[in-house]
Amino acid sequence: MTESTSEKLEVTPLDALHRARGGKMVPFAGYAMPVQYPAGIIAEHLWTREKAGLFDVSHMGQIRLDGAGAAAALEALVPGELQALGLGRQRYTLFTSPSGGILDDLMVTNAGDHLFVVVNAGCKHEDLAHMRAHLGSGVSIAPMFDRGLLALQGPMAAAVMADLAPASAQMKFMSGQPLDVGGIACFVTRSGYTGEDGFEISVSAADATELAEKLLADERVAAIGLGARDSLRLEAGLCLYGHDIDRNTTPIEAGLEWVINKRRRVEGGFPGSDLILKQLAEGAPRRRVGFSLEGKAPAREGAPVTDRDGKPLGVVTSGGFGPSVGAPIAMGYVSIAAAQPGTPVNLVVRDQPRAASVIAMPFSPHRYHRS
Amino acid sequence: MKFSKDHEWVRVEGDVATIGVTDYAQSQLGDVVFVELPAVGKVLAQHGEAAVVESVKAASEVYAPVSGAVIEINSALVDEPAMVNGDPTGAGWFLKIKLSNKAELDDLMDNAAYDAYVAGLG
Repeated sequence: MTESTSEKLEVTPLDALHRARGGKMVPFAGYAMPVQYPAGIIAEHLWTREKAGLFDVSHMGQIRLDGAGAAAALEALVPGELQALGLGRQRYTLFTSPSGGILDDLMVTNAGDHLFVVVNAGCKHEDLAHMRAHLGSGVSIAPMFDRGLLALQGPMAAAVMADLAPASAQMKFMSGQPLDVGGIACFVTRSGYTGEDGFEISVSAADATELAEKLLADERVAAIGLGARDSLRLEAGLCLYGHDIDRNTTPIEAGLEWVINKRRRVEGGFPGSDLILKQLAEGAPRRRVGFSLEGKAPAREGAPVTDRDGKPLGVVTSGGFGPSVGAPIAMGYVSIAAAQPGTPVNLVVRDQPRAASVIAMPFSPHRYHRS
Repeated sequence: MKFSKDHEWVRVEGDVATIGVTDYAQSQLGDVVFVELPAVGKVLAQHGEAAVVESVKAASEVYAPVSGAVIEINSALVDEPAMVNGDPTGAGWFLKIKLSNKAELDDLMDNAAYDAYVAGLG
């Protein structure tokens, strides 16, 4: 429970704001980040599901790709269709490895004259090196790791944003565009990591605090820490890189086959495509699933999954308490034969089997703005 | 009331000790969502694991500040684990033990010493 002082942590442009608001700062991916504010994780989680939560995600890696062939070049590293990605459209995709594993998950937006890419904080330096090694000389790669990134999430996010940026009301889920937000130049996407409608707002470091204060001045908005960000994304059934997906999981095992767009299924041509497309056709030996637990004891990452007789089936990769569900929830991998919803399993917590069953995710319904 | 360096408190009446976690501990844990208590009759060693408390984020062990056999557990925590946050030294108590060695109480801090200890943790 003590902060590591042996290594110097980086800070985001909102560091002073977090501390002034009583954020409990913890090390995360090399940054000092607020895990919660005085309200606490459950209150922050529920606020986001009812109103609008503001998250600092400036630790994530924002990268700009310029060059006429950027989309085609990036396609050599991911299974997504990027060349046909329409102007202002955003896509979730994966950096895959030659052995079919996942190096990172990322968001790519066609910003017109460039691609706007957002990668995970813990992978951003490796991702940057990966792109520099493979995208070729025709693509200019500009890391923007000093910029701020704020996420405004929740059913009232759209109304809050509309007050500061009326044009945001026209945006659909998974789109992005430059936008003036309360007089501040930003690049805004309608996306997020909570299962709720909302926005991610890229802003210069110099303007980040002013933007955050403008959003927080709205009584519908509260600052939310990384703890609630994790419980919100778990309820939404979304993967956390390094836990639910990593170099040893394939997109098919992870249930992310939908990221492989039609043309790419036919043409392949991304790292590990032979194995990944073979799994797509024939199935993978294991699959990521959700678990609903019968008791109140949470099952955490690493908890073994067995059948009711104790035969090993897999492992929990994320688990905890779902504040909106009001019960413990978990996700993890099981043998394909046990992946059907309704399959009874045990999750082993502190050497005790706890009855659970496989259920379809999300645990809490998505409420994205699709129309 | 006496306190351990692991942030448990002990209240002694006769040869019975009531044990719980301190206000500092609950504030560090955050929202408590589950408490796993030992069976009545279990004999706890001093500094041995007595219970498990789970917050939204993580599971943490609660250690027995003194040794003894468990004579009562606070079953209300099973349905209302948030009492650990709301009233850690009252309704949020964990368990009662029959002290096996009262001299172990001398290893614990009094209120002033514990407050100074917590202040020193920054």
